[in-house]
Amino acid sequence: MLKKLLLACLVAPVLIANAVAETFVFTAIPDEDESRLQERFGKVAEYLSHELGVDVKYIPVKSYPAAITAFRNNQVQLAWFGGLSGVQARKLVPDSEAIAQGYEDQLFKSYLIANTSAGLDASDNLQEALRGKSLTFGAKGSTSGRLMPEFYLREFFKDAPEKVFSRVGFSDDHSRTIAEVQSGAYQVGAVNYTVWDSEVAAGKIDTSKVKVIWTSPTYPDYQWSIRGDVDARFGAGFKEKVRQALLNMKDKELLATFPRESFVPASNADYAPIEETAKAINLLD
Amino acid sequence: MTLTLPTLLRPARSTALALVQVTLILIAVALICIPFADLQLHQVDPWHELGLIGYGLITPHWSDVTVLVEAVGLTVAFALLAVTIAVPLGLLMAVYFHWRWLRMLAAAIRSVHELFWGLLFMQLFGLSATTGLLAILIPYCGVFAKVFAEIIEQQPPQPGATLDPASSRLLRYAYSLIPQALPSMLHYVRYRFECALRSSAILGFIGLPTLGFHLETAFKQGQYSEAAAVLWLFLLMIASVRYWLKPVLILPWLLVSIWLLPANPVPVSLDLAWQFVSVDLWPSSLRSGDWAGFGSWLWRLLSEQAIPGILETLYLTQMALALTALIILLLWPLASRRLVSGPAWTGGRFILLVLRSTPEMVMAFVFLLLFGPSGLPAVLALALHNGGLISFLIANGSEIDRHQQQRPDDPQGLLRLAYLENPRQYPAMLALLFYRWEVILRESAMMGILGIATLGFYIDSAFSEIRFDRAFFLIIITALLNIGVDAIARRLRQRYLPQTSRSSDNELT
Repeated sequence: MLKKLLLACLVAPVLIANAVAETFVFTAIPDEDESRLQERFGKVAEYLSHELGVDVKYIPVKSYPAAITAFRNNQVQLAWFGGLSGVQARKLVPDSEAIAQGYEDQLFKSYLIANTSAGLDASDNLQEALRGKSLTFGAKGSTSGRLMPEFYLREFFKDAPEKVFSRVGFSDDHSRTIAEVQSGAYQVGAVNYTVWDSEVAAGKIDTSKVKVIWTSPTYPDYQWSIRGDVDARFGAGFKEKVRQALLNMKDKELLATFPRESFVPASNADYAPIEETAKAINLLD
Repeated sequence: MTLTLPTLLRPARSTALALVQVTLILIAVALICIPFADLQLHQVDPWHELGLIGYGLITPHWSDVTVLVEAVGLTVAFALLAVTIAVPLGLLMAVYFHWRWLRMLAAAIRSVHELFWGLLFMQLFGLSATTGLLAILIPYCGVFAKVFAEIIEQQPPQPGATLDPASSRLLRYAYSLIPQALPSMLHYVRYRFECALRSSAILGFIGLPTLGFHLETAFKQGQYSEAAAVLWLFLLMIASVRYWLKPVLILPWLLVSIWLLPANPVPVSLDLAWQFVSVDLWPSSLRSGDWAGFGSWLWRLLSEQAIPGILETLYLTQMALALTALIILLLWPLASRRLVSGPAWTGGRFILLVLRSTPEMVMAFVFLLLFGPSGLPAVLALALHNGGLISFLIANGSEIDRHQQQRPDDPQGLLRLAYLENPRQYPAMLALLFYRWEVILRESAMMGILGIATLGFYIDSAFSEIRFDRAFFLIIITALLNIGVDAIARRLRQRYLPQTSRSSDNELT
């Protein structure tokens, strides 16, 4: 009985899938402002549909691993990934490619922020005074909220963060990292610089309670990755058309969705440093 | 008849000594855990954020109503369809529950949390209706199988004796035991449906388009008015179940549910599904027959994650369990018509509704702001949630307890509580507490935001790192721990609360 049930479950979705016309589907990791995702990314889908001449659909996902899974399972063919999630996803899908990145992503950076009661001063380098404080990262799979800050902390302290800090939490989200440090729940937090800067600009942060104490060196981050089999499915040269459509995106309202100034070309090789770093801190085999 | 296991809520005549003993064990174990667990308090300044949350709660707001309506529809659809499929399957399993392997299978599938089932099925079916349905119905099958088997076992055998002795087991059940047990089973299904609504909502946390999706998103981003709108809506939905889920409406609702299910088809190829099951779930060293490599993989996982994770999880669980007991004693009287009436009763019911329906994730975050990161927010969130749930069941049990004669000289008020109602309900309360033990254990896994490395923290990390072999292994460890705790709970019930466990307690023995 169970075998039949299992078989039925395995086959049913495949049968349904075959009956549906080709639609080009994309997603984006949940990172910046998650409100009205459908509405905002729906406009990006409209733009791409117009440029590419096929039906384009956006599906929202809840987490980094969910975006990677959707890409691997061909549930989406194009995805706006973070540095690390892009590397993870492209490892799972042969011939997949990073085709464009945000202008800002060529030189991305992280901030360490601290509650003022922790008594930490801003400095150019990481400081010994961090030892024994409590620290929260963002999501476990985040490049700017976890991978790069952890790498530099390990390099400075020659030890894992769990050994250096009194406690290491994962807030799962940049906005929450800021809220948790501002309230003093954690003394120090690692955060994506664009999220911090835009929340400061929006007046959401009480800078008498929380401040930036360190800025990381720059690294490549977010990018558009596309599956290798899109040309076979949507016609020769389709991948190139997608790349051009992304690079030609000039509408400020569309770009604000990401939020990026513009998109520039990218390649898998641009992300070699991220892959090396992930291997160095044992997040990747 | 009661909303929950009739076996549990039947008034027990266990000796007071046995009850005192088991209570003392419960408290002693929790006290022993305190020095090991990390309950540090931190200096925090939470009022800014708490103010925002409080303001959000009283100014619920949602701009795009269609999105919410759709989420409500899907939350109900997943729950209703999953329960509708799980009930007959569970019943069929209950009929053959004398087969040891079937009992083990039921125990195994119900010992894995819906969220973990969801994460696993997501690899196979993507974000789809199949994933949502299976994630609820598989563990629920295991639960229904066990509870139905227990209820059936309570039934008198005489009606069955009138049937042809040569008739098959299925036939004998269909014509005697199942009809006899039907009222109790229906009550249980109704209670379980409320649980399914919660499970369905919570699956939104991993991306299914139910209410939890919007709640988590808004809450995480600090849009508390939006989060409050979803939360209030969810509470309203749970509170009004009996008005919209009438027996005559079930069929129409089912049809609507099927129609509502997301039409987005998942082109997951059989190749990928097979690769996930046959390759991804197993460590590469095991697949290549490298036993030394497998040994070191196993040792590292056990020593660095599984064992510390188990200990951390157990400390939290035991403290949460003892605190849950205290909360039940304080709260259930507020929601029973036997003890209070009018607005006080409504207020008590409302508190229990909020406590049992607010996701622990939300409570844990509020306590994190209040007390800083440690085991304390986790223990409080788990105890309040489970205390609210068990108080609700106890209050229901006390109100519909027909075996209790009302006497004109019964004491009233606090004296009634102290000398009549609490002693009557206490055995049931302990029995339910033991039932929730394994549930608390599973839930304590969701505490990564607090920087507490429970088993679930490591499972979540393994999924983040796309290391399914580790995730799978740790899920199995968690399931085994659940089964073990369940077995101990059963022993304790048999020994100290024999009146509440006269059923099929030889499972796995």
